[in-house]
Order: sequence, then structure tokens, then C-alpha cells
Amino acid sequence: MNGWTGKLLRVNLTEGTCEVEAIREDWAREYVGGRGLADRYLYEEMDPSVDPLSPENKLIFATGPLTGTPVPCGSRYMVVTKGALTGAITTSNSGGFWGPELKFAGYDMIILEGAAPKPCYLFINDDHVEIRDASHLWGKWVGETEDGLRRETGLPGLRVACIGPAGENLVKFACIMNDKHRAAGRSGVGTVMGSKNLKAIAVRGTGGVNVADGKAFMQAVWNMRSVMGENPGSKAFSDFGTAATIDMTQSFGGLPTRNFQEGQFVDYEKLNGVAVRDTRMVTNKACFACTLACGRVCVLGEHSDKFLVNTHPRNWSTAGEGPEYEAAWALGADTCVGDLDAVLKANWLCNDLGMDPISMGSTLSSAMELYERGIVTDDDVELPLNFGSAEALVRMTEATAFREGFGDDLAEGAKRMGDKFQHPEVFMGVKGQEFPAYDPRGFQGMGVAYATCNRGACHLRAWSPALETSGDVDPHVPEGKSEWVVAEQHKSTAHDATGLCLFTGFAGGSLEAFVPCTAAATGIDFTVDDFIKIGERTWNLERLWNLKAGLTKADDTLPKRLLNEGHKSGPAAGVTVQLDKMLPVYYSERGWDDEGVPTKEKLEELGLAAL
Amino acid sequence: MTQMLNIVPDKCTGCQQCELACSWVQTGTFQPSQSLIRVNVFDEEASYAPYTCLQCDEAWCMNACPTNAIGVDPVNLAKVVTDSLCIGCHLCTIACPFGTVFTLPQNDKAAKCNLCGGDPACAASCPTNAIEFIDSDDKAGDWFGEWGDRVNSRYVEATTAGAK
Repeated sequence: MNGWTGKLLRVNLTEGTCEVEAIREDWAREYVGGRGLADRYLYEEMDPSVDPLSPENKLIFATGPLTGTPVPCGSRYMVVTKGALTGAITTSNSGGFWGPELKFAGYDMIILEGAAPKPCYLFINDDHVEIRDASHLWGKWVGETEDGLRRETGLPGLRVACIGPAGENLVKFACIMNDKHRAAGRSGVGTVMGSKNLKAIAVRGTGGVNVADGKAFMQAVWNMRSVMGENPGSKAFSDFGTAATIDMTQSFGGLPTRNFQEGQFVDYEKLNGVAVRDTRMVTNKACFACTLACGRVCVLGEHSDKFLVNTHPRNWSTAGEGPEYEAAWALGADTCVGDLDAVLKANWLCNDLGMDPISMGSTLSSAMELYERGIVTDDDVELPLNFGSAEALVRMTEATAFREGFGDDLAEGAKRMGDKFQHPEVFMGVKGQEFPAYDPRGFQGMGVAYATCNRGACHLRAWSPALETSGDVDPHVPEGKSEWVVAEQHKSTAHDATGLCLFTGFAGGSLEAFVPCTAAATGIDFTVDDFIKIGERTWNLERLWNLKAGLTKADDTLPKRLLNEGHKSGPAAGVTVQLDKMLPVYYSERGWDDEGVPTKEKLEELGLAAL
Repeated sequence: MTQMLNIVPDKCTGCQQCELACSWVQTGTFQPSQSLIRVNVFDEEASYAPYTCLQCDEAWCMNACPTNAIGVDPVNLAKVVTDSLCIGCHLCTIACPFGTVFTLPQNDKAAKCNLCGGDPACAASCPTNAIEFIDSDDKAGDWFGEWGDRVNSRYVEATTAGAK
């Protein structure tokens, strides 16, 4: 096989065995790689009803055929499993350098089964694969783990994907971190890894990725590079990172603030792309093969020592990465903390402890609402949890990873915490997963996108601001949004199958640009239409998986706050999400019945009827 | 006029497109471990520096080679390895003060940057123009520019402090 390495690594942690298998070529044609192919393996091999933290849950790491090639942003790997936070199928992906290294070592995928009896890590050095003891690494933070593994293996080129203390302590929204600051972040994939006693996967690969038609491939790569080079999105990513989005969402009243009680944040200019670039950024940084370089390497400001961090092992005078938009929103606007140093510090704590900053900030915001309403009292917490408290933000982030005091409640995520205090209405999310940084009252399309995403609330499957800020469409009406969201979900799912970063799509690198790259790399004459079909097939497969896991139409909904209460002021004042109008259109556009179940005809059309 | 690779680490984002391009030209696969240009990462400094053969005027690798397998390209003055003459003794890799001559595991022969015959793939592939192929009279000898001065400042500080 070209593009693909054609091999997968199957590791049974219970038995302590590692075996190499050939990739199913028929599935590779139908699902390509990354999210699609891993979904197919998970569907085939695992009972969706198992407890996500039991040994029966499988954890799949999957690259795509373009991972490790010079196609712009060909750096991604996808983690597919049953999410600890959601109980739904989850597909969290990450960039950096780990995914390409796995390809260079000779594997498209790793399927992890069972659970190790004691802490271990997986060591891969080309053909040499070994499960090693990790008791000396257990408890170590992410940066220490990565540096420690490089030292003990003596391989400076080693790439490490690992969990931090949050994953070990089964914080429900723990990440899998690679290259210290890159995360497969959402839905608790790190929690699943922690439940398997697997601290890290350390990879060194010296092989290469072959392509079928080199001349056509390089031509397609250069076409994509030139299209992206001319797109203004490329420069925006490079200059301002993703935090530039704050200005846009603020201007549309779609920047959720005060746990979604408002849609604009008064101090937004203290957190936006300009503030980060002008006051904290040292340099921008790229993932493997990335031509955008949206990563920010930042330093803290002068007075940042005032924020309490008890346990951090490293000196933080040196630089760390972030914040990107979602982290700046969740840790900043949502908690009303307009202090960039506090946000940076909380962001770095999340990275180094291995936690999702979106769920962290959002859960803390829910707790702050409970505190201000007097439901969580001073008896429950070690310091006041008022909105806007930078001290609370930094301290509770740390406490959450170690489940100290009230951090033990926060570590369960906003849904379980809200249920515990008998105020489930403070949970702002879908399918147990907290919302990211777009208020669907400002962008109506996000409402149906959030409600229907297979992995719970997610902004990466159909980013409706692309449509709703264009000026051609009213962002507050439900009409036309469901159709757009369905089409976009197919495209983004196809994107996720290739091993490319979704951000290429925001900088001109759409299907028209990367499908020819995939075709030339694999030697299979994929067309854009094929890819849209692959996206739809994968989406429906995930839906079938979720239905088997026990999710129903009742899970395709939004919190009452979004459906019934409008903002009091701002550009989106008084608007509510009209999901009752959008959801039926969405189902029918998908060829699903009124209960959200794919019809027989649709499954036959997609070649899924036998499943 | 002679041309040279001008590398500006401050512009580098660490994406390794140059390594992919180099390995593609050298081996026909995308394989950073075979690249003759390497991006050095200085995480603590938040700095990334692509680094390859300097094409020395008086090249130590040439002097060391017992079989004259390293010669000079008459057009661009790159020092190039002739595979058929190389006996795999590794002397050139030891002689090079900069560590930019490699031996390849598959044939155990020397490999070094040959400027791709006058059109270096690394420079063409760099998305931020951190690597450019320029006329050497423009900037000869100023490989690391201000970045070099800055990184070297600690050494200078330490040695002058010692002198006092």
C-alpha cells in the first residue's frame, strides 16, 4: 500500500502482547484512515454498551494516508474510543509530531485492548515494540514524562503521547497529550488511557512514507500550497492564531460569557489574538508539515506569581504554548476572568496535567454559577468561586487534576457535578460534553451542529460561523442551517480521515485541494464526491454505534437556557435556539426517520445495510 | 555568481517541510531520518534552527577522504559525494566540524547536502522563507546573523566574566 503503511499494531495490555496485522484494504477504500477507518474497526470489534473505563473498551490511535507527508498540515492522528465523559463514540485528534513518527515507525494504527495490571508504557522503535514498566513515571506531569522518556531511552528523536496526573486520577475530561502542548483533548480519551494503566506511547521511527505517483503527488501538494498561500486565512492563522476568533464571536454576541448567561465579554480585548501577540507571544510554532503555524509560544507577564500553584515541578519562567481560542474562551470569557496571565497559567496547567481546557473552564463556570446562587457554599470550597476570580481559576484547575477538595466534583464534568447538586440546568453541553466557544443564540447553525454531533457538543464538525458571518445569511434564523450543517459534517468527517488538520479548510485547503493529494498518494482515484460519500458513511456508522450504545433522539438536544432564554443585551439579544424547527429538517436531510435512526434505504445507499 | 543557502532561524516555525523535501529528493520517500538538513529544536528558547552543510571553502570532509570521493560541483561549488568512489570509512563524518555529513544505514556511504544541483528543494519548500537560496556575495559568512549573536551571548558573557 502507498500512503498507508499497510500495518497496524494490536496491543493487548491484559495479556502483555503486541502483534502486527495488515490493514483491511477494503475498509481503507471505504473509510480512508484516521477517524473513518478507526471508527470501522471499533464498530467491528467492540460492544458499544460496555463501560468506557472497563478493560472491554478499546482505545485506537489512527493516522491517515497523508499523515507524515508534505501535504500542508499532514500531522494528525485520531484517538477513537468510547468517551469517558460522554458514553458516546469519540474521535479526538491531535497534531504535533507524534502521528508522523508513528507512520515513520511503520504503523497506520495502534489498537489497544484490555488493561495493564500495573502502570506501563508502550515503547515503539521501528520494528521493536515492547510494553515497559512505568511505575517510575506514574504521577509525573506531561513535560516531565516526555523529557524523562527521552532520557531513559537515549533517543533524542523520540515522540511521546502520554497522560498526565489528570488521566491517572480519572478526571472525566483528561486528554492524551503529545509534544508537551498538543492534545487529543475532548471527551475523556485520556481517562480511558488512564483506566488502562497506560502512561505513554513513546515512538521513534526512521522509515518513510511512500506515495504511489510521486510526480502527480508533488504537483497536487504544490497546487494546495499555492491555493492556501493566496488565502487570507493562512496569514490570519500565522499572525494571530485562533484567538483572533474572539473579536468575531464578540461582535456577533456569540462569545458565551458567565456560563452562557451572556453573549459578550467586557474584557475580550485582554484575551484576543492581538493581545496575545503583542504582549505575551515569543514566536509562533508549527506542527509537522504545517504551513500555517497557528501555535503560540508565550511567556507570562511580570506579576503572574500571585496566582497560587502548589505543586508544579518545573520553573515556568520559560515559555509554554497557548492560549488558542477555545482555551482563552473557556478559561477566560466563560469564567469572566479577563487576566491573560491567569488564563495562560491555567492553560499550561491543563496542558501539563493533561486536561481539556474547554471542559475545565466550562465546568468551573457552572460551579461559579452554583456558588453565586448559593447552592455551592463556602463549606464546599476552599476559596470563593466568584465569576472573574483569577485565583479560583488557577487554583481550581490544579485541584481538579488531583481531585483535591471541591476539585473532586469538578473532575466529574459539569453534567455530573450539576446532577450531584441537584441543579442539572447549569450544565451547558450536549451528551455530557461541555460546549465549546460559540453561543448558538448568536449562530443558530451551531445549535443543530452541537445537538447532532456524534461525540457530544463540538465545534469542529460543522463550524456554522463560516456561513453565518458571511453577510449573506441571517445568523438568527433557523432556515437553511440544517442542510448546511449536514453537508459540512460530511466534509469535515472526510477531512478527518486523511490525517490533515481541519484548519487547512479554513485557509483554502478544501476537499478540491486535498482529494487529489490523497488520490496520488494512495494510487486510488478518489474524487471529491467519493470523499463526501466517505464522510456520510462514517457519520452514519458513528450514529449506528451511538444507537447501539443506548443513545437516542432525546440526546440530540440543548440545555433549556439556550432554547428558552435570550441574552438581555448585545447583537443577539432575545434570540433563542429554534432546535424544534431545525432538528426535523436535519433528520430528513440525512435520510433518517423521525426518531433519528438511519433508514434502511440510506444504509443500503452507503453500503452499511449489513451492519 | 555562486549561490548559497541563507538560513534565518527566527523565521523558522519548526514544521520540517525542508526535511520532507530533502528526503524526497534523496530517497524518493518522505523520511525525515534520511534528510540532509535537520531542524534543531531549542524548546526552552522557543527557537527552531534548520541546519545543513556550510559548503566550506576549505572543506575538511574533502581533505579527510582517502579516495577523493568528495568533489566540487563546478557550477555551484557544492561539495558532492560520488557514491561509486565512497568506501564507507566514515572519516568525513568525523572530520566535519559541523556534523553535517551523514552515513546512510542502507548502503553505509557518505551523504551530504549537494544543493540539489543548484535548485535546493529545502529552500523551495520552506513556507516562511526561513531558508533561501541567494547570491553568496550578498550575505556570505552571515549564516546565523543576529540569532547567532544572541544565542552566543551567554558564551561571550561567561568568557568575559572569567577574564575579569
